[in-house]
Amino acid sequence: MVVILLFMTIMAGIAGWWLLRQGLGAKPWLEVGIAGEADWTGPAPRPTAKLGLAAFLAVAGSLFALLVSAYFMRSGMADWRPLPVPAVLWFSTGLLVLSSVALQTTVTAARRGELDGVRSGLLATGVSALAFLAGQLLACRELGAAGYFAVANPAGAFFILVTTIHGLHLLGGLVALGRTAVRAFAAPMAGAPEALAGMRLSVELCATYWHFLLLVWLVLFALLMRWTDDLIEICRALLA
Amino acid sequence: MADVTHGVAGPVPTAGHDDVELYHPKSWITRYVFSQDAKVIAIQYSATALAIGLVALVLSWLMRMQLAFPGLLSFIDANYYYQLITMHGMIMVIYLLTALFLGGFGNYLIPLMLGARDMVFPYVNMLSFWIYFLAVLVLVGGFFVPGGPTGAGWTLYPPQAILANTAGQQWGIIIMLVSLMLFIIGFTMGGLNYVVTVLQGRTRGMTLMRMPLTIWGIFTATVMALLAFPALFVGAVMMLLDRVIGTSFFMPSIIAMGEQLAYKGGSPILFQHLFWFFGHPEVYIVALPAFGIVSDLISTHARKNIFGYRMMVWALVAIGALSFVVWAHHMYVSGMHPSFGFFFATTTLIIAIPTAIKVYNWILTLWRGDIRLTLPMLFALGFIVTFVNGGLTGLFLGNVVVDVPLSDTMFVVAHFHMVMGVAPILVVFGAIYHWYPKVTGRLLDETLGKLHFWITFLGAYAIFFPMHYIGLMGVPRRYPEMGAMAFVPPSTVTLNIFITVVALIVGAVQLVFLFNLIWSLKRGRPSGGNPWRATTLEWQTPQTPPAHGNWGKELPVVYRWAYDYSVPGAAQDFLPQNQPPAPRVG
Amino acid sequence: MAIAIALILVVIGSVVFHFVSPWWWTPIASNWGYIDQTLIITFWITGAVFAAVVLFMAYCVIRFRHREGNRAAYEPENKRLEGWLAIGTGIGVAAMLAPGLVVWHRFVTVPADAATVEIVGQQWQWSYRLPGADGKLGATDIAHVTPENPLGIAPNDPHGQDDVIIQGDPLHLPIGKPVKLLLRSLDVLHNFYVPEFRAKMDMIPGVVTYYWLTPTRPGTFEALCAELCSTGHAFMRGGVTVEPDENYQAWLQQQKTFAQLQAPSRAQAKN
Repeated sequence: MVVILLFMTIMAGIAGWWLLRQGLGAKPWLEVGIAGEADWTGPAPRPTAKLGLAAFLAVAGSLFALLVSAYFMRSGMADWRPLPVPAVLWFSTGLLVLSSVALQTTVTAARRGELDGVRSGLLATGVSALAFLAGQLLACRELGAAGYFAVANPAGAFFILVTTIHGLHLLGGLVALGRTAVRAFAAPMAGAPEALAGMRLSVELCATYWHFLLLVWLVLFALLMRWTDDLIEICRALLA
Repeated sequence: MADVTHGVAGPVPTAGHDDVELYHPKSWITRYVFSQDAKVIAIQYSATALAIGLVALVLSWLMRMQLAFPGLLSFIDANYYYQLITMHGMIMVIYLLTALFLGGFGNYLIPLMLGARDMVFPYVNMLSFWIYFLAVLVLVGGFFVPGGPTGAGWTLYPPQAILANTAGQQWGIIIMLVSLMLFIIGFTMGGLNYVVTVLQGRTRGMTLMRMPLTIWGIFTATVMALLAFPALFVGAVMMLLDRVIGTSFFMPSIIAMGEQLAYKGGSPILFQHLFWFFGHPEVYIVALPAFGIVSDLISTHARKNIFGYRMMVWALVAIGALSFVVWAHHMYVSGMHPSFGFFFATTTLIIAIPTAIKVYNWILTLWRGDIRLTLPMLFALGFIVTFVNGGLTGLFLGNVVVDVPLSDTMFVVAHFHMVMGVAPILVVFGAIYHWYPKVTGRLLDETLGKLHFWITFLGAYAIFFPMHYIGLMGVPRRYPEMGAMAFVPPSTVTLNIFITVVALIVGAVQLVFLFNLIWSLKRGRPSGGNPWRATTLEWQTPQTPPAHGNWGKELPVVYRWAYDYSVPGAAQDFLPQNQPPAPRVG
Repeated sequence: MAIAIALILVVIGSVVFHFVSPWWWTPIASNWGYIDQTLIITFWITGAVFAAVVLFMAYCVIRFRHREGNRAAYEPENKRLEGWLAIGTGIGVAAMLAPGLVVWHRFVTVPADAATVEIVGQQWQWSYRLPGADGKLGATDIAHVTPENPLGIAPNDPHGQDDVIIQGDPLHLPIGKPVKLLLRSLDVLHNFYVPEFRAKMDMIPGVVTYYWLTPTRPGTFEALCAELCSTGHAFMRGGVTVEPDENYQAWLQQQKTFAQLQAPSRAQAKN
């Protein structure tokens, strides 16, 4: 449970930092009149969607932190046998990095108003993300063929569980990406700047989500690669 | 006495925000069924929650009948009884209280109290309700599958929960886990809405420190729920895999009924950690909205500002944060490492301090007030009594070594029913009597309401106060009958019968309440827009019930905090939040 | 007004019930009187707070209920009062927590001279195992469980051969001697709970948990299961007989060891 507590500490830190800037020490009964003008930014579009995504990432982060916590606790049991890591995972990790990079270039293109760049960027992102998912499937099949998914192998079960949950999150992201792509390809070349303005937000949201999923995958990958074994030992020593 | 300074007076620009696209329903279906209006969604949430709550009430009658008169209802055997307690607990905690406070009151009050037109993501909000509705349907489906619903206890502890001896092992447990997962997905959609609406949807002048405590309570609880529910989700997924494909996340090597099972090496304690990492914050997810709402009820009906508003806000936030580091106090006798006991007992008892501060501030709000003994006020007073009682017995259970003899006994049952059953439900009732006029334009009938209050409050206290002593004697919980226990005096049987009789009466009087809800829709006394002469924004809407979009042409502008009651020098004993300051004289 | 009277009656009723009703804990039979004392301290502190809060509310309702022409005071906060109340609460909490932690420390610190007894739970019965002449319990594994070897003792562990096994009968304990109970489960969670001993702990399959106590009062006490273990949970009863040492030794002589149970015919031949 150390991992999730660490995650919660970070969340509490963010929440506390935000709250402290909200004037929690104010005595509201002394302030009659229009208050908080600084906070009120007027009818200009505030990044509501971005905030919504950030809140969702906190939830998803909590989910993955709990999975990692459970992984650590379960891997401390006597019957734990670590998995060999299929080589294809290196390949799929590379693809996910590629996907993230492609989406970041799409953001740049959208900001510059290059519809061509947006279209090709979205395409590249989508294709590499799908390829990543295919790679994950291959890895699962490889492990399955080697007999690691016998019910008695908890490491195998965890591998399936975390890659599936991560993959489902990516699939959800692909739906959003697909909708953005449809809009990008439907937009007329001539009226590009206006169409792009609306699209930019969607692309940015997708990019944030992609980077988050990349980060989560890197953590999970490190876990499965057993780079974290020393860390677990240290934690265990601390607890014992 | 505070001196009231006046800010800028004079013409004030409109609050704007009107460029936000508001969804406009086109047909009856999109207006009342697949509605995206938070107020309609709130009513849908509340109605569903109350309906499933009625099922849980009936289950509790059956349980009490079995406990008082074992064998009288011949269809109740041990497994049946375990199914009753499991479904009763799960429904009450999650499908009724969580859904009602956050989905019901949250949806109705957040936009209205903050001066917003609607939630920020209305479509997602609608999905949230329908997924919740689906979760409830799936849950109810558990009653109709072969083997019936699961009888694993609401804590669903493995290995028992998925083994063959347990009722509902075949389908019930799968249905329960799937329903919980659906609930969590649906709740997450709604919860993101509530949080982002509080952050983004506040109208001009509505600073955080001007928000009514109701919103603070719901907001804090939602943040906690968003972070805590994933723990239940992870636990549910892993248990589902253990049950369906035979993985060993939670399942160690086991001999069940003389047969060696294929499971190996899993950790039942891991599930308990996941469950209570969700489960303890869950207690406060139910309690914090109740704290917030009751603050507003007391302040409004005592015609006095809430005492120590700042302290109340800080205490809410502190309780919310602390509740994430106390979960293992549910596991003192679970066999976890004994040294954890020191840590968790300390954190648990520390959380009593902000909680006590809240209680002091409620009763100090009454002090030198102008107390109107309306129905909401009566329920609020009832809440304080039951909450203080249940909170104090929590100090027994939180203090690790005192918990050792008491854990898993009826003392625990009495404690949590008092503190997170009766107390929040009294708030729910008080809140319904308080806000019903805003929702319908009519007041609930007062005579029926008084009957409802007196029987519910005194009855519930008479049920759960003596129950502590049954636990103190050592009678374990989750026993379908006491049977012959050498250390239990025969008079305890009489006490059990007394509790059951009172429980049946208290249960029956809830039907009077339901009748009142329906009868007053058409026959209730018209209330006008602001029958309680309250300051908060939801009472200042141009129409009652508020129309779609809440505010007519222009959003309200907020000039003051939510508690300007009996301000010295003011003509009326309340100043609505959107009332501009009087121009400075001289 | 009715509510004020009701509030006062709730306090009086609760206090009277507490002192007059016949329902109270069972007389203690172990050294955990400390727990009872901590509990009593908690009762006094929480009882006083409960009465004070509810009576204060009743007073407010009587004194400040609405009358024509009344107006509430305007009093946003009172930092000193709130500070003092918080400090007072902190002291009250500390007064309960400190003895609690001290006793918990004793509860988890097993004396070095404690005898060992293993209790095994399975749906829905208790079995007991004593270490036998060598003073050591043999190793166990679920995989060894058979109808002849119900507790799963490793057949080739020499420490296990002389282990005394008791099934279906109450466990006997000598009075006044500390004993460490090792708890093991073969199937689901159980919890070995003797109300007179005040102590309890879950049994978890795959893990050995424990607690310790010193029996202080002779008699036979009922043992209950305190962790839901499905159908037979309420009827999973056992017994513990606490008796003077000489009776205990006499009882111990009659019990069968693992080796005797494994090969009853061979053991009889030896006799």
